Amino acid sequence: MALKELSKEECLLAGNAACAGCAAALSIRLTYKVMGSRTVFIVPACCTTVIESPYPHTSFASPLLNVAFETTAAVASGFVAALKRRKITDINVIGWAGDGGTVDIGIQALSGAAERNTDFIYICYDNEAYGNTGFQRSSASPYGSWTTTTPSGKKEHKKNFPMIMAAHNIPYVATTSPSYPLDMITKLKKAKEMHGTRYIQILAPCSPGWRFPTEKTIEMGRMAVLTGMWALFEVENGKFRLNNPSASLVDKTRRKPVKEYLRMQGRFSNLTKEDIVVIQRWVDDTWENYKKLHSDV
Amino acid sequence: MPSKIIIDTGNHIAGYACKAARAEVVAAYPITPQSPVVEQIAELIEKKEMDAEYIAVESEHSAMAALVGASLGGVRTFTATSAQGLALMHEMLHWASGARLPIVMAVVNRAMGPPWTIWSDLTDSLSQRDTGWIQYYCASNQEIFDTIIQAYKLCEDKQVLLPAMVCFEGFILSHTSMPVKIPDQKDIDNFLPPYKPEYVVDVDKPFTQGAIVSPDYYMEYRYLIQEAMENAKMLIPQIDKEYGKRFGTQYGGFIEPYRCEDVDLILLSMGTIGSEAKIAVDNLRKQGIKIGSARLRVFRPFPMEEIRKLTENTQMLAVIDRAISFGIEGALFTEVKASLYGEPDTPPCAGFIAGLGGRDVTFHDIEKIAEKSLKWLKTGKTSGKTEWIGLKEVF
Repeated sequence: MALKELSKEECLLAGNAACAGCAAALSIRLTYKVMGSRTVFIVPACCTTVIESPYPHTSFASPLLNVAFETTAAVASGFVAALKRRKITDINVIGWAGDGGTVDIGIQALSGAAERNTDFIYICYDNEAYGNTGFQRSSASPYGSWTTTTPSGKKEHKKNFPMIMAAHNIPYVATTSPSYPLDMITKLKKAKEMHGTRYIQILAPCSPGWRFPTEKTIEMGRMAVLTGMWALFEVENGKFRLNNPSASLVDKTRRKPVKEYLRMQGRFSNLTKEDIVVIQRWVDDTWENYKKLHSDV
Repeated sequence: MPSKIIIDTGNHIAGYACKAARAEVVAAYPITPQSPVVEQIAELIEKKEMDAEYIAVESEHSAMAALVGASLGGVRTFTATSAQGLALMHEMLHWASGARLPIVMAVVNRAMGPPWTIWSDLTDSLSQRDTGWIQYYCASNQEIFDTIIQAYKLCEDKQVLLPAMVCFEGFILSHTSMPVKIPDQKDIDNFLPPYKPEYVVDVDKPFTQGAIVSPDYYMEYRYLIQEAMENAKMLIPQIDKEYGKRFGTQYGGFIEPYRCEDVDLILLSMGTIGSEAKIAVDNLRKQGIKIGSARLRVFRPFPMEEIRKLTENTQMLAVIDRAISFGIEGALFTEVKASLYGEPDTPPCAGFIAGLGGRDVTFHDIEKIAEKSLKWLKTGKTSGKTEWIGLKEVF
């Protein structure tokens, strides 16, 4: 799919309450452009609760169901069952949740829905913390990052949640970034055309939380990919494949050093040299695994 | 086709009621003593005797979340749970009532752990009383069937649009077989037509559900739920009466009275203690004691007016709770006293805690409660007292 084929229709409406430079809002816009307005969003507590705007306004041009924090995938299970009963087949059902609502509190409901191969698309926009409540750590926060609950830096590495989803043997798992809109729309379109549980995780740089200037959002996503801190891949019917530019970064000498990414963000400003070594090693180890999986293709 | 009589357990009867109500999505998670309800439904669906989607969710929390999704999707829904499962669902109970979804759930009452127990008391459902759910309590398997059908009729009424739990005691009813009259399906369909939702999620008429509201709007949403409860108060006796007219079984709306004319003492209880109390009443009446029993069938909305009316002509009221609200007394006792407060010439009330964790409450126990109450009445030492019945010495 080429960018010029994208719909001109804007379904994330003007005047929404997203922060300046919000990658989540950008991702909603792109998602709508692929899915169209015959889409129902199921949204737990997350930044989108704000982006959608408070009652009596809405910035979503199609139905949006606000649901309890941990229930996105469970509510979706019931909703698609109701659509099946009513023989409605032309609606996209999208669970749309942040990383906290997905990898922490929502993991049980999502794992259950995936195990049942519930026919819906689950999209996690991952800003690597609880952004909506003021930036507390989640299990998707990276090692060393400042959050309001890790004032001296997080001591644990980011949970590799896409691979946990892949272990459910669902038809489609993908990672993407709005900094690579072609990658993103290709994956959204692929997911749209499949059935069963489809999981997409979007790295969504967050200017106020990560502490970078609002005009740097796209650059931040690019650097995350070029350093290997975030890899673009998909697991389609069990087959793992890195996508470009990540596919060309398997050789570690082709990846930029992580410190180039880390130094752009205030949340990493307290890192020691040793911390940076730890993060670089984590990236290299993670990629050793990706390399093996990728070469099996 | 005429109605038929079957003999089965309370759990299986709840499953048959779900089928008869033509619930379209059932999401459930097993827990003792509820499990046979959902096993029955899963089996009916698999054998194609029931046309519905069964979602075998991974927790009770997800069961209610899935029903919220299904109900927003515009179909009739059902689930069942007990005790810890109901407690886990607590958050979602608010979500269901707040979204004004007519979900019906069987609650097979089981006492809360720890210590682990699987036997019955009503603390699990009574502690959910502020969640905006209508609460029915049953005393027979027939009543379980009839009440589930009645509950859908009530909940889906556009003056109500609230969820309801139909509660019955674990093992005492859930695992006990009784004869139950199952009306002809066509007659049930006439009484309970297919669900036509007031609001349904529709991409052609998009709306946002449950968006954040400022303090400028929130209170009104709560008021509307309170108003819906008041409407339910008006409809509950009407629906019970209409059901009785069509199918021959009815339960007095809010309160089922037994020999409550010309009385000195009325025993008020909920659930199966109300059935057992009838035996005690008959025995004591034979001894010339002017006693009656009343069984409260609906705890939310609470029928304050009916409680006042019930107690107009009695010298005393004894309230038996199979539950405890720690730090005060049985919840029924509290609500009854609140109903009578400020009324002229209200009778003295005594409260009794009995049968917690499934301890048997026999007619002997109930006779003791009656005798004690009458003694207190004579000595004038009655008001607001709570006594635990059958309590062993605690060290």
